[in-house]
Amino acid sequence: MRYMLIVHNDPELHPVPGDPAWDELMAGYADFSKELASHGRPFIGDPLNGPETATTVRVRNGETLTVDGPFAETKEWMSGFYIIECDDLDQALAAAAMVPSAKYGSVEVRPVAEM
Amino acid sequence: MDEALDLVYRTERGRVLARLIAVVKDFDLAEDAVQDAFVAAAGAWAVSGIPTNPAGWLVTTARRKAVDRLRRSASAERRHRAWGELAIAWDAWETPGPIEDDRLRLIFTCCHPALSIDAQVALTLRSLGGLTTDEVARAFLVSETTLAQRIVRAKRKIRQAAIPYRVPSSEEFAERLGAVLAVVYLIFNAGYLASSGDELVRVDLCDEGVRLAGLLVELLPDEPEPLGLAALVHFQDSRRVARIDDEGQPLTLEEQDRGRWDAGQVAAGGELLARARRLDRPGPYQLKAAIAAVHAGARSADLTDWATIVRLYDNLLQWEPTPVVQLNRAVAVAMAQGPATGLALLDEPTLAGVLVDYHLYHSTRADLLRRDGRAREAAAAYQRARRQTNNIAEHSFLDRRLKELAESAETAPYGG
Repeated sequence: MRYMLIVHNDPELHPVPGDPAWDELMAGYADFSKELASHGRPFIGDPLNGPETATTVRVRNGETLTVDGPFAETKEWMSGFYIIECDDLDQALAAAAMVPSAKYGSVEVRPVAEM
Repeated sequence: MDEALDLVYRTERGRVLARLIAVVKDFDLAEDAVQDAFVAAAGAWAVSGIPTNPAGWLVTTARRKAVDRLRRSASAERRHRAWGELAIAWDAWETPGPIEDDRLRLIFTCCHPALSIDAQVALTLRSLGGLTTDEVARAFLVSETTLAQRIVRAKRKIRQAAIPYRVPSSEEFAERLGAVLAVVYLIFNAGYLASSGDELVRVDLCDEGVRLAGLLVELLPDEPEPLGLAALVHFQDSRRVARIDDEGQPLTLEEQDRGRWDAGQVAAGGELLARARRLDRPGPYQLKAAIAAVHAGARSADLTDWATIVRLYDNLLQWEPTPVVQLNRAVAVAMAQGPATGLALLDEPTLAGVLVDYHLYHSTRADLLRRDGRAREAAAAYQRARRQTNNIAEHSFLDRRLKELAESAETAPYGG
């Protein structure tokens, strides 16, 4: 089973570069990557730039509509993701709890729909 | 025959279903096959009588029915995959193991925190309880369609998100057991404290709660908290008859005829609590059961050891620092030290703020005001409680209190 861990951050709570908590957070992410790699199963994961860098595309009646910004204004925004291989949901939930930003925001766990 | 089959359905369905899920690894297929097996049993047992091991007969038949269903299933690809899985499961099937483990796995799956609490309750009742979908729907005042959809959605999530079918590992165990206990207690209380409709107690749900708590004790005999929960529901259930008067009105603990408390249930609760204590690992359900035990051992409200109850609530607050526990503690303090002391705790602004919409907060406060001789304020608080519940029996109770207050005000013109 593959699961996507969708990391959401609350920018008011999340540390920024320069905060003492920032270095700890980065070290946490390095440890988390090592932890994932230690299981010998394929995974990918990356942080994303902020919603101010987002562009949204829609296709309606064959026409492409491009607008600045994310789809909706929300307090929390998606700041990164992982796709990991697990035996079951409990393993994926345990991994999600180890994502360092879970302390400041939230991690949504979604099974990948295997077609 | 119908009655005998009905009894087997109520007592054995959970065990048979749990075994089938373990074998076929598919909730829906297992449920259908178990249903087929019960239909087959209705025909076969009418001729040959009930077999000596009805659960074994049903499991064997359901297993055969599952194979039939897979053979008939439409998609060749799905059939191929299902056969592969079944072949693996067959090996597991041949290894002997305690049959109870299947039900334990099943209850942890049904009460998985990734499912909504409504879904946890519905799945637990549907798979391990003895009620039909229609009975569960009526007990929770939802339509059968709504309940069926809730169960379908939950089963889809179990399959698509791969919620595991197993007893959680030791590091997760305590937390996940807490979720299971909460679901069983919620089922019991949904029956015991029905907060809308015209029946104050829904007997079916109380019975299911008691039965499921007993099942947990059977499956986890060395865990103290299931024993605590089982003791607690026995103590509460012992008052089922006494807490309602002849007209169906609820009676407070103080007003109840304690001679009508079910002595058998009280004794059963006491034994379960003693077993829990011997394991020497306290927890919130054991503390709640201990509080109920103090009530059960007192001949009247006045003769109750309220100081011990206050101390037990102090302990309980360490485990569950919730406003409702604080509310109950305040009542015990009022009984031990007088209504004014209890009222001071209730009027503490943080607590009052959190419980402002809770009808029992206002009726409790009203009761302490009445005891303290503040009739006018008591009447206002009873009115407030009345606006915050839809239960007809609770309304009658509050109306009775209001009437009593009005009468006592007439006889004592300067009162209040």
